[in-house]
Amino acid sequence: MIRLESITQSYQQGPPVFQEFDWVVESGEAWAVLGPSGCGKTTLLYLISGLVPPTTGEIIIDDQRLERPRPHTGLILQDYGLLPWATVRQNAELGLRVRRFYGPDGKHAPEDMQPAQDVDMWLDRLGLGEQVDKYPGQLSGGQRQRTAIARTLALNPDLLLMDEPFSSLDAPTREGLQLLTLELMTEEKITLIIVTHSIEEAAFMGKKILLLGTPPNKKADMIPNPSSGRPEFRDTNTYQDLCRNLRERMDKE
Amino acid sequence: MKIQRRHLFLAVLVLLAIWQIAALIINRRILPTPIEVGQVFIQELSDDLIEHFMASLWRVLASTALAIAAAVPLGLILGQSKRLNALISPMVYLIYPIPKVVLVPIVLLFLGIGDLPKIAIIFLILFFQILVLVRDQAAGLRPELIQSVRSLGAGRRALFRFVYLPASLPAILTALRQSVGTAVAVLYIAELFATQKGLGYYIYINGSTLFNYPAMYAGVVAMSILGLGLYFGVDWLERRFCTWQSVY
Repeated sequence: MIRLESITQSYQQGPPVFQEFDWVVESGEAWAVLGPSGCGKTTLLYLISGLVPPTTGEIIIDDQRLERPRPHTGLILQDYGLLPWATVRQNAELGLRVRRFYGPDGKHAPEDMQPAQDVDMWLDRLGLGEQVDKYPGQLSGGQRQRTAIARTLALNPDLLLMDEPFSSLDAPTREGLQLLTLELMTEEKITLIIVTHSIEEAAFMGKKILLLGTPPNKKADMIPNPSSGRPEFRDTNTYQDLCRNLRERMDKE
Repeated sequence: MKIQRRHLFLAVLVLLAIWQIAALIINRRILPTPIEVGQVFIQELSDDLIEHFMASLWRVLASTALAIAAAVPLGLILGQSKRLNALISPMVYLIYPIPKVVLVPIVLLFLGIGDLPKIAIIFLILFFQILVLVRDQAAGLRPELIQSVRSLGAGRRALFRFVYLPASLPAILTALRQSVGTAVAVLYIAELFATQKGLGYYIYINGSTLFNYPAMYAGVVAMSILGLGLYFGVDWLERRFCTWQSVY
Protein backbone atom coordinates (compact mmCIF):
# COMPACT_ATOMS: atom_id res chain seq x y z
CA MET A 1 0.00 0.00 0.00
CA ILE A 2 1.18 3.50 -0.86
CA ARG A 3 0.14 6.47 1.25
CA LEU A 4 0.93 10.07 0.43
CA GLU A 5 0.43 12.09 3.58
CA SER A 6 0.06 15.80 3.32
CA ILE A 7 2.57 16.15 0.50
CA THR A 8 3.63 19.61 -0.55
CA GLN A 9 5.97 19.90 -3.47
CA SER A 10 7.08 23.27 -4.73
CA TYR A 11 9.69 24.50 -7.13
CA GLN A 12 11.52 27.79 -7.11
CA GLN A 13 8.98 29.43 -9.37
CA GLY A 14 5.21 29.30 -9.51
CA PRO A 15 2.67 27.83 -7.12
CA PRO A 16 3.38 24.47 -5.47
CA VAL A 17 2.50 21.53 -7.71
CA PHE A 18 0.96 19.69 -4.76
CA GLN A 19 -0.28 21.28 -1.57
CA GLU A 20 -1.06 19.10 1.43
CA PHE A 21 -2.03 16.37 -0.96
CA ASP A 22 -3.24 12.99 0.33
CA TRP A 23 -3.60 9.90 -1.79
CA VAL A 24 -3.82 6.17 -1.10
CA VAL A 25 -3.07 3.36 -3.54
CA GLU A 26 -3.92 -0.17 -2.40
CA SER A 27 -1.71 -3.11 -3.38
CA GLY A 28 -2.58 -4.66 -6.72
CA GLU A 29 -4.52 -1.68 -7.98
CA ALA A 30 -4.10 -0.26 -11.46
CA TRP A 31 -4.15 3.53 -11.42
CA ALA A 32 -3.94 5.93 -14.31
CA VAL A 33 -2.88 9.49 -13.50
CA LEU A 34 -4.31 11.86 -16.07
CA GLY A 35 -3.79 15.55 -16.57
CA PRO A 36 -2.53 18.24 -18.94
CA SER A 37 1.18 19.02 -19.19
CA GLY A 38 2.49 20.95 -16.23
CA CYS A 39 -0.10 19.51 -13.87
CA GLY A 40 2.51 17.64 -11.85
CA LYS A 41 1.87 14.07 -12.94
CA THR A 42 5.51 13.32 -13.69
CA THR A 43 6.47 14.96 -10.39
CA LEU A 44 4.04 12.64 -8.63
CA LEU A 45 5.72 9.62 -10.20
CA TYR A 46 9.21 10.82 -9.29
CA LEU A 47 8.03 11.38 -5.72
CA ILE A 48 6.67 7.85 -5.43
CA SER A 49 9.79 6.41 -7.08
CA GLY A 50 11.89 7.99 -4.33
CA LEU A 51 14.08 9.83 -6.83
CA VAL A 52 12.81 13.21 -5.64
CA PRO A 53 11.99 13.93 -1.99
CA PRO A 54 8.83 15.96 -1.24
CA THR A 55 9.28 19.49 0.12
CA THR A 56 7.12 18.52 3.09
CA GLY A 57 4.96 15.54 3.94
CA GLU A 58 5.58 11.82 3.89
CA ILE A 59 5.31 8.97 1.45
CA ILE A 60 4.80 5.60 3.07
CA ILE A 61 5.07 2.40 1.09
CA ASP A 62 4.29 -0.88 2.89
CA ASP A 63 4.58 0.82 6.28
CA GLN A 64 8.02 2.22 5.50
CA ARG A 65 8.83 5.85 5.03
CA LEU A 66 10.24 6.40 1.55
CA GLU A 67 13.65 8.03 1.59
CA ARG A 68 15.38 6.69 -1.51
CA PRO A 69 14.47 4.57 -4.54
CA ARG A 70 13.04 1.29 -3.32
CA PRO A 71 14.49 -1.93 -4.78
CA HIS A 72 10.98 -3.28 -5.40
CA THR A 73 9.75 -0.28 -7.35
CA GLY A 74 10.18 -0.30 -11.13
CA LEU A 75 10.14 2.91 -13.16
CA ILE A 76 9.64 3.10 -16.92
CA LEU A 77 9.95 6.42 -18.71
CA GLN A 78 8.73 7.54 -22.09
CA ASP A 79 12.01 6.97 -23.89
CA TYR A 80 15.75 7.46 -23.53
CA GLY A 81 15.85 5.02 -20.64
CA LEU A 82 18.08 2.46 -22.37
CA LEU A 83 21.87 2.61 -22.57
CA PRO A 84 22.62 3.28 -26.24
CA TRP A 85 25.94 1.39 -26.06
CA ALA A 86 24.46 -1.80 -24.66
CA THR A 87 22.58 -4.54 -26.47
CA VAL A 88 19.02 -5.53 -25.66
CA ARG A 89 20.26 -8.34 -23.44
CA GLN A 90 22.81 -6.12 -21.66
CA ASN A 91 20.16 -3.46 -21.14
CA ALA A 92 17.71 -5.99 -19.78
CA GLU A 93 20.42 -7.27 -17.42
CA LEU A 94 21.35 -3.80 -16.19
CA GLY A 95 19.18 -3.84 -13.09
CA LEU A 96 20.51 -7.25 -12.09
CA ARG A 97 24.09 -6.12 -12.68
CA VAL A 98 23.53 -3.05 -10.51
CA ARG A 99 22.21 -5.36 -7.79
CA ARG A 100 25.18 -7.69 -8.07
CA PHE A 101 27.47 -4.65 -8.01
CA TYR A 102 26.18 -3.66 -4.56
CA GLY A 103 25.21 -7.07 -3.23
CA PRO A 104 22.11 -7.58 -1.06
CA ASP A 105 22.53 -4.45 1.06
CA GLY A 106 18.81 -3.67 1.46
CA LYS A 107 19.46 -0.19 0.09
CA HIS A 108 20.31 -0.59 -3.56
CA ALA A 109 19.23 -4.20 -3.78
CA PRO A 110 16.79 -6.21 -1.68
CA GLU A 111 18.26 -8.18 1.21
CA ASP A 112 16.61 -11.36 0.01
CA MET A 113 17.84 -11.02 -3.57
CA GLN A 114 18.39 -14.18 -5.59
CA PRO A 115 21.91 -14.06 -7.03
CA ALA A 116 21.38 -16.03 -10.23
CA GLN A 117 18.43 -14.57 -12.04
CA ASP A 118 18.44 -14.44 -15.76
CA VAL A 119 16.61 -12.27 -18.17
CA ASP A 120 16.05 -14.71 -21.02
CA MET A 121 12.65 -15.70 -19.72
CA TRP A 122 11.52 -12.07 -19.77
CA LEU A 123 13.07 -11.36 -23.14
CA ASP A 124 11.18 -14.32 -24.58
CA ARG A 125 7.98 -13.38 -22.80
CA LEU A 126 8.18 -9.90 -24.30
CA GLY A 127 8.93 -11.21 -27.77
CA LEU A 128 12.51 -9.97 -27.91
CA GLY A 129 14.17 -13.36 -28.43
CA GLU A 130 15.39 -12.36 -31.90
CA GLN A 131 16.61 -8.91 -30.87
CA VAL A 132 18.89 -9.78 -27.95
CA ASP A 133 22.10 -8.73 -29.68
CA LYS A 134 20.78 -5.53 -31.21
CA TYR A 135 21.43 -2.03 -29.90
CA PRO A 136 18.60 0.35 -28.96
CA GLY A 137 19.29 2.42 -32.10
CA GLN A 138 18.41 -0.60 -34.21
CA LEU A 139 15.05 -1.21 -32.53
CA SER A 140 11.57 0.13 -33.12
CA GLY A 141 10.01 2.29 -30.41
CA GLY A 142 7.84 -0.61 -29.30
CA GLN A 143 10.82 -2.96 -29.00
CA ARG A 144 12.69 -0.37 -26.96
CA GLN A 145 9.82 -0.08 -24.50
CA ARG A 146 9.58 -3.89 -24.33
CA THR A 147 13.26 -3.96 -23.42
CA ALA A 148 12.67 -1.37 -20.70
CA ILE A 149 9.78 -3.46 -19.38
CA ALA A 150 11.87 -6.65 -19.42
CA ARG A 151 14.65 -4.86 -17.54
CA THR A 152 12.21 -3.73 -14.87
CA LEU A 153 10.31 -7.01 -14.53
CA ALA A 154 13.58 -8.94 -14.19
CA LEU A 155 13.94 -7.18 -10.84
CA ASN A 156 10.70 -8.71 -9.66
CA PRO A 157 8.97 -5.45 -8.66
CA ASP A 158 5.76 -5.16 -6.66
CA LEU A 159 5.11 -1.63 -7.89
CA LEU A 160 5.45 -0.43 -11.45
CA LEU A 161 5.53 3.28 -12.26
CA MET A 162 5.19 4.30 -15.89
CA ASP A 163 5.57 7.81 -17.27
CA GLU A 164 3.92 8.18 -20.68
CA PRO A 165 5.48 4.87 -21.64
CA PHE A 166 3.63 4.41 -24.91
CA SER A 167 3.07 7.94 -26.13
CA SER A 168 5.70 7.84 -28.86
CA LEU A 169 4.38 4.58 -30.33
CA ASP A 170 1.97 4.01 -33.20
CA ALA A 171 -1.58 2.98 -32.30
CA PRO A 172 -1.43 -0.82 -32.84
CA THR A 173 1.90 -1.12 -31.01
CA ARG A 174 0.59 1.07 -28.22
CA GLU A 175 -2.60 -0.95 -27.77
CA GLY A 176 -0.63 -4.20 -27.84
CA LEU A 177 1.73 -3.02 -25.16
CA GLN A 178 -1.07 -1.59 -23.00
CA LEU A 179 -2.73 -4.98 -22.99
CA LEU A 180 0.53 -6.82 -22.37
CA THR A 181 1.31 -4.54 -19.44
CA LEU A 182 -2.06 -5.24 -17.85
CA GLU A 183 -1.60 -9.00 -18.39
CA LEU A 184 1.82 -8.93 -16.75
CA MET A 185 0.46 -6.90 -13.85
CA THR A 186 -2.16 -9.53 -13.11
CA GLU A 187 0.29 -12.40 -13.59
CA GLU A 188 2.91 -10.91 -11.31
CA LYS A 189 0.49 -9.25 -8.87
CA ILE A 190 2.05 -5.83 -9.37
CA THR A 191 0.58 -2.47 -8.41
CA LEU A 192 0.52 -0.16 -11.42
CA ILE A 193 0.60 3.62 -11.61
CA ILE A 194 0.68 4.90 -15.16
CA VAL A 195 0.96 8.59 -15.92
CA THR A 196 -0.52 9.78 -19.18
CA HIS A 197 -1.91 12.81 -20.95
CA SER A 198 -4.04 10.57 -23.15
CA ILE A 199 -7.66 10.27 -22.08
CA GLU A 200 -8.05 7.01 -24.01
CA GLU A 201 -5.02 5.45 -22.34
CA ALA A 202 -6.21 6.46 -18.88
CA ALA A 203 -9.69 5.13 -19.58
CA PHE A 204 -8.36 1.82 -20.88
CA MET A 205 -5.66 1.12 -18.32
CA GLY A 206 -6.82 2.60 -15.03
CA LYS A 207 -9.25 0.75 -12.79
CA LYS A 208 -9.06 4.02 -10.93
CA ILE A 209 -8.20 7.31 -12.55
CA LEU A 210 -6.56 10.17 -10.69
CA LEU A 211 -7.32 13.45 -12.41
CA LEU A 212 -4.84 16.27 -11.82
CA GLY A 213 -5.47 19.85 -12.79
CA THR A 214 -3.69 23.18 -12.83
CA PRO A 215 -1.42 23.42 -9.77
CA PRO A 216 -1.69 23.54 -6.88
CA ASN A 217 -3.35 20.12 -6.58
CA LYS A 218 -4.91 19.90 -3.15
CA LYS A 219 -7.32 16.98 -3.31
CA ALA A 220 -7.06 13.61 -5.04
CA ASP A 221 -9.87 13.58 -7.61
CA MET A 222 -10.60 9.89 -8.24
CA ILE A 223 -12.80 8.42 -10.95
CA PRO A 224 -13.57 4.70 -10.59
CA ASN A 225 -13.40 2.61 -13.74
CA PRO A 226 -13.91 -0.99 -12.62
CA SER A 227 -14.66 -2.56 -15.99
CA SER A 228 -11.47 -1.37 -17.74
CA GLY A 229 -8.62 -3.50 -18.95
CA ARG A 230 -10.13 -5.94 -21.45
CA PRO A 231 -9.67 -5.31 -25.21
CA GLU A 232 -13.47 -5.30 -25.78
CA PHE A 233 -13.80 -2.48 -23.26
CA ARG A 234 -12.89 0.05 -25.94
CA ASP A 235 -16.08 -0.82 -27.86
CA THR A 236 -18.46 -0.30 -24.94
CA ASN A 237 -20.60 2.71 -24.17
CA THR A 238 -19.13 2.85 -20.67
CA TYR A 239 -15.74 3.54 -22.23
CA GLN A 240 -17.10 6.17 -24.58
CA ASP A 241 -19.00 7.88 -21.76
CA LEU A 242 -15.97 7.83 -19.51
CA CYS A 243 -13.78 9.39 -22.19
CA ARG A 244 -16.36 12.13 -22.77
CA ASN A 245 -16.68 12.71 -19.04
CA LEU A 246 -12.88 12.92 -18.63
CA ARG A 247 -12.56 15.29 -21.56
CA GLU A 248 -15.21 17.62 -20.12
CA ARG A 249 -13.58 17.61 -16.73
CA MET A 250 -10.14 18.29 -18.23
CA ASP A 251 -11.53 21.18 -20.28
CA LYS A 252 -13.02 22.69 -17.15
CA GLU A 253 -9.62 22.75 -15.43
CA MET B 1 35.29 3.90 -43.47
CA LYS B 2 36.45 0.33 -43.62
CA ILE B 3 39.64 -0.10 -45.61
CA GLN B 4 40.53 -3.58 -46.75
CA ARG B 5 43.87 -4.93 -45.65
CA ARG B 6 44.79 -5.89 -49.22
CA HIS B 7 44.21 -2.32 -50.40
CA LEU B 8 46.30 -0.96 -47.56
CA PHE B 9 49.15 -3.27 -48.51
CA LEU B 10 48.89 -2.19 -52.16
CA ALA B 11 48.95 1.47 -51.11
CA VAL B 12 52.19 0.87 -49.21
CA LEU B 13 53.72 -0.76 -52.28
CA VAL B 14 52.67 2.13 -54.53
CA LEU B 15 54.10 4.73 -52.14
CA LEU B 16 57.38 2.81 -51.90
CA ALA B 17 57.50 2.58 -55.69
CA ILE B 18 57.01 6.35 -56.03
CA TRP B 19 59.76 6.91 -53.48
CA GLN B 20 62.08 4.53 -55.32
CA ILE B 21 61.45 6.23 -58.69
CA ALA B 22 61.89 9.71 -57.19
CA ALA B 23 65.16 8.61 -55.58
CA LEU B 24 66.44 7.24 -58.87
CA ILE B 25 65.49 10.39 -60.79
CA ILE B 26 66.84 12.86 -58.22
CA ASN B 27 69.87 10.68 -57.61
CA ARG B 28 71.37 12.64 -54.70
CA ARG B 29 72.55 11.62 -51.22
CA ILE B 30 69.76 13.56 -49.53
CA LEU B 31 67.16 11.13 -50.94
CA PRO B 32 68.29 7.51 -50.48
CA THR B 33 66.18 4.72 -51.96
CA PRO B 34 63.70 2.84 -49.79
CA ILE B 35 65.78 -0.30 -50.12
CA GLU B 36 68.83 1.44 -48.73
CA VAL B 37 66.78 3.02 -45.92
CA GLY B 38 65.21 -0.35 -45.18
CA GLN B 39 68.59 -1.98 -44.74
CA VAL B 40 69.81 0.82 -42.48
CA PHE B 41 66.56 0.72 -40.54
CA ILE B 42 67.07 -2.94 -39.71
CA GLN B 43 70.74 -2.40 -38.84
CA GLU B 44 69.95 0.61 -36.66
CA LEU B 45 67.16 -1.22 -34.91
CA SER B 46 69.61 -3.67 -33.45
CA ASP B 47 71.88 -0.74 -32.64
CA ASP B 48 70.21 2.17 -30.81
CA LEU B 49 67.19 3.13 -32.93
CA ILE B 50 65.00 0.82 -30.87
CA GLU B 51 66.00 2.69 -27.70
CA HIS B 52 65.03 6.02 -29.22
CA PHE B 53 61.80 4.50 -30.43
CA MET B 54 60.96 3.15 -26.99
CA ALA B 55 61.81 6.51 -25.38
CA SER B 56 59.35 8.29 -27.69
CA LEU B 57 56.70 5.58 -27.30
CA TRP B 58 57.00 5.77 -23.52
CA ARG B 59 56.53 9.55 -23.57
CA VAL B 60 53.39 9.28 -25.70
CA LEU B 61 51.87 6.45 -23.65
CA ALA B 62 52.67 8.02 -20.29
CA SER B 63 51.21 11.37 -21.29
CA THR B 64 48.13 9.70 -22.79
CA ALA B 65 47.51 7.78 -19.60
CA LEU B 66 47.96 10.93 -17.49
CA ALA B 67 45.74 12.99 -19.78
CA ILE B 68 42.95 10.38 -19.62
CA ALA B 69 43.27 10.06 -15.86
CA ALA B 70 43.01 13.83 -15.38
CA ALA B 71 40.63 14.89 -18.14
CA VAL B 72 37.97 12.18 -17.88
CA PRO B 73 36.87 12.81 -14.27
CA LEU B 74 36.97 16.57 -14.79
CA GLY B 75 35.06 16.29 -18.08
CA LEU B 76 32.41 14.12 -16.42
CA ILE B 77 32.00 16.58 -13.56
CA LEU B 78 31.78 19.59 -15.88
CA GLY B 79 29.32 17.75 -18.12
CA GLN B 80 27.02 17.02 -15.22
CA SER B 81 27.27 20.29 -13.32
CA LYS B 82 25.97 23.31 -15.19
CA ARG B 83 27.26 25.70 -12.51
CA LEU B 84 30.83 24.42 -12.55
CA ASN B 85 30.81 24.28 -16.31
CA ALA B 86 29.71 27.92 -16.52
CA LEU B 87 32.65 28.77 -14.28
CA ILE B 88 35.36 26.72 -15.98
CA SER B 89 34.24 26.66 -19.60
CA PRO B 90 35.33 30.22 -20.49
CA MET B 91 38.86 29.28 -19.47
CA VAL B 92 38.77 26.07 -21.45
CA TYR B 93 37.32 28.03 -24.36
CA LEU B 94 40.29 30.39 -24.32
CA ILE B 95 43.01 27.80 -23.79
CA TYR B 96 41.64 25.07 -26.05
CA PRO B 97 42.50 26.69 -29.43
CA ILE B 98 46.04 27.78 -28.46
CA PRO B 99 48.43 25.64 -30.48
CA LYS B 100 50.20 23.91 -27.60
CA VAL B 101 53.40 23.58 -29.61
CA VAL B 102 54.18 27.26 -28.93
CA LEU B 103 54.30 26.38 -25.25
CA VAL B 104 57.25 24.03 -25.83
CA PRO B 105 59.94 26.63 -24.96
CA ILE B 106 58.04 27.70 -21.84
CA VAL B 107 57.52 24.14 -20.64
CA LEU B 108 61.20 23.45 -21.26
CA LEU B 109 62.19 26.50 -19.24
CA PHE B 110 60.09 25.37 -16.32
CA LEU B 111 60.58 21.64 -16.40
CA GLY B 112 64.12 21.46 -17.72
CA ILE B 113 65.64 18.36 -19.27
CA GLY B 114 64.52 14.75 -19.21
CA ASP B 115 61.18 13.11 -19.92
CA LEU B 116 58.99 15.40 -17.88
CA PRO B 117 58.71 18.42 -20.24
CA LYS B 118 58.00 16.14 -23.22
CA ILE B 119 55.32 14.28 -21.34
CA ALA B 120 53.89 17.58 -20.09
CA ILE B 121 53.53 19.08 -23.54
CA ILE B 122 51.74 16.05 -25.02
CA PHE B 123 49.63 15.91 -21.90
CA LEU B 124 48.49 19.49 -22.56
CA ILE B 125 47.45 18.66 -26.12
CA LEU B 126 45.53 15.53 -25.19
CA PHE B 127 44.10 16.87 -21.93
CA PHE B 128 42.06 19.67 -23.48
CA GLN B 129 40.88 17.54 -26.39
CA ILE B 130 39.69 14.75 -24.08
CA LEU B 131 38.24 17.21 -21.57
CA VAL B 132 36.10 18.97 -24.15
CA LEU B 133 34.81 15.80 -25.79
CA VAL B 134 34.08 13.96 -22.54
CA ARG B 135 32.37 17.04 -21.13
CA ASP B 136 30.11 17.32 -24.17
CA GLN B 137 29.37 13.61 -24.09
CA ALA B 138 28.46 13.74 -20.40
CA ALA B 139 26.32 16.84 -20.93
CA GLY B 140 24.51 14.97 -23.70
CA LEU B 141 23.44 12.17 -21.36
CA ARG B 142 19.71 12.63 -20.99
CA PRO B 143 18.41 13.12 -17.45
CA GLU B 144 15.80 10.45 -18.22
CA LEU B 145 18.58 7.93 -18.76
CA ILE B 146 20.23 8.80 -15.45
CA GLN B 147 16.90 8.64 -13.60
CA SER B 148 16.03 5.29 -15.17
CA VAL B 149 19.30 3.79 -14.06
CA ARG B 150 18.93 5.32 -10.60
CA SER B 151 15.49 3.78 -10.36
CA LEU B 152 17.14 0.38 -10.90
CA GLY B 153 18.96 0.96 -7.63
CA ALA B 154 22.11 2.61 -8.93
CA GLY B 155 23.83 5.05 -6.59
CA ARG B 156 26.78 7.25 -7.48
CA ARG B 157 29.27 4.42 -7.85
CA ALA B 158 27.06 2.27 -10.05
CA LEU B 159 26.15 5.28 -12.19
CA PHE B 160 29.83 5.89 -12.74
CA ARG B 161 30.49 2.25 -13.58
CA PHE B 162 27.45 1.59 -15.79
CA VAL B 163 26.70 4.99 -17.32
CA TYR B 164 29.41 7.64 -17.13
CA LEU B 165 32.42 5.46 -17.80
CA PRO B 166 31.02 3.63 -20.84
CA ALA B 167 29.57 6.90 -22.11
CA SER B 168 32.94 8.62 -22.03
CA LEU B 169 34.84 5.82 -23.73
CA PRO B 170 33.89 6.83 -27.31
CA ALA B 171 34.71 10.45 -26.46
CA ILE B 172 38.16 9.44 -25.21
CA LEU B 173 38.84 7.41 -28.33
CA THR B 174 37.60 10.17 -30.64
CA ALA B 175 39.85 12.63 -28.81
CA LEU B 176 42.83 10.30 -29.19
CA ARG B 177 42.08 9.68 -32.85
CA GLN B 178 41.96 13.43 -33.48
CA SER B 179 45.04 14.37 -31.55
CA VAL B 180 47.44 11.44 -31.63
CA GLY B 181 48.94 12.75 -34.89
CA THR B 182 49.45 16.23 -33.44
CA ALA B 183 50.88 14.67 -30.31
CA VAL B 184 53.56 12.80 -32.25
CA ALA B 185 54.35 15.90 -34.31
CA VAL B 186 54.79 18.02 -31.20
CA LEU B 187 56.80 15.26 -29.58
CA TYR B 188 59.21 15.53 -32.50
CA ILE B 189 59.65 19.25 -31.86
CA ALA B 190 60.01 18.73 -28.11
CA GLU B 191 62.64 16.04 -28.63
CA LEU B 192 64.84 18.44 -30.58
CA PHE B 193 65.67 20.17 -27.30
CA ALA B 194 67.40 19.14 -24.12
CA THR B 195 67.46 15.41 -24.65
CA GLN B 196 69.59 12.67 -26.13
CA LYS B 197 66.84 10.10 -26.31
CA GLY B 198 63.88 9.90 -28.61
CA LEU B 199 63.19 9.76 -32.31
CA GLY B 200 63.14 13.54 -32.70
CA TYR B 201 66.67 13.75 -31.40
CA TYR B 202 67.72 10.74 -33.50
CA ILE B 203 66.39 12.23 -36.73
CA TYR B 204 67.89 15.62 -36.01
CA ILE B 205 71.34 14.41 -35.01
CA ASN B 206 71.66 12.09 -38.03
CA GLY B 207 70.36 14.72 -40.46
CA SER B 208 72.15 17.86 -39.40
CA THR B 209 75.20 16.77 -37.46
CA LEU B 210 76.27 13.32 -38.65
CA PHE B 211 74.94 13.78 -42.21
CA ASN B 212 73.92 10.12 -42.12
CA TYR B 213 70.93 10.52 -44.41
CA PRO B 214 69.85 6.86 -44.61
CA ALA B 215 69.78 6.75 -40.79
CA MET B 216 67.83 10.02 -40.70
CA TYR B 217 65.27 8.46 -43.06
CA ALA B 218 65.21 5.34 -40.88
CA GLY B 219 64.28 7.65 -38.00
CA VAL B 220 61.52 9.24 -40.07
CA VAL B 221 60.21 5.77 -40.88
CA ALA B 222 60.31 4.84 -37.19
CA MET B 223 58.41 8.02 -36.30
CA SER B 224 55.82 7.23 -38.97
CA ILE B 225 55.48 3.72 -37.60
CA LEU B 226 54.96 5.20 -34.14
CA GLY B 227 52.22 7.55 -35.36
CA LEU B 228 50.55 4.90 -37.51
CA GLY B 229 50.78 2.31 -34.76
CA LEU B 230 49.05 4.61 -32.28
CA TYR B 231 46.39 5.44 -34.83
CA PHE B 232 45.79 1.75 -35.54
CA GLY B 233 45.67 1.10 -31.82
CA VAL B 234 42.90 3.65 -31.33
CA ASP B 235 41.10 2.20 -34.33
CA TRP B 236 41.27 -1.26 -32.85
CA LEU B 237 40.01 -0.08 -29.47
CA GLU B 238 37.10 1.68 -31.15
CA ARG B 239 36.14 -1.45 -33.06
CA ARG B 240 36.51 -3.53 -29.93
CA PHE B 241 34.60 -1.33 -27.49
CA CYS B 242 32.36 0.95 -29.52
CA THR B 243 30.63 -1.44 -31.89
CA TRP B 244 27.31 0.20 -31.11
CA GLN B 245 28.34 3.42 -32.84
CA SER B 246 28.91 1.76 -36.18
CA VAL B 247 25.47 0.14 -36.38
CA TYR B 248 23.43 3.29 -36.89
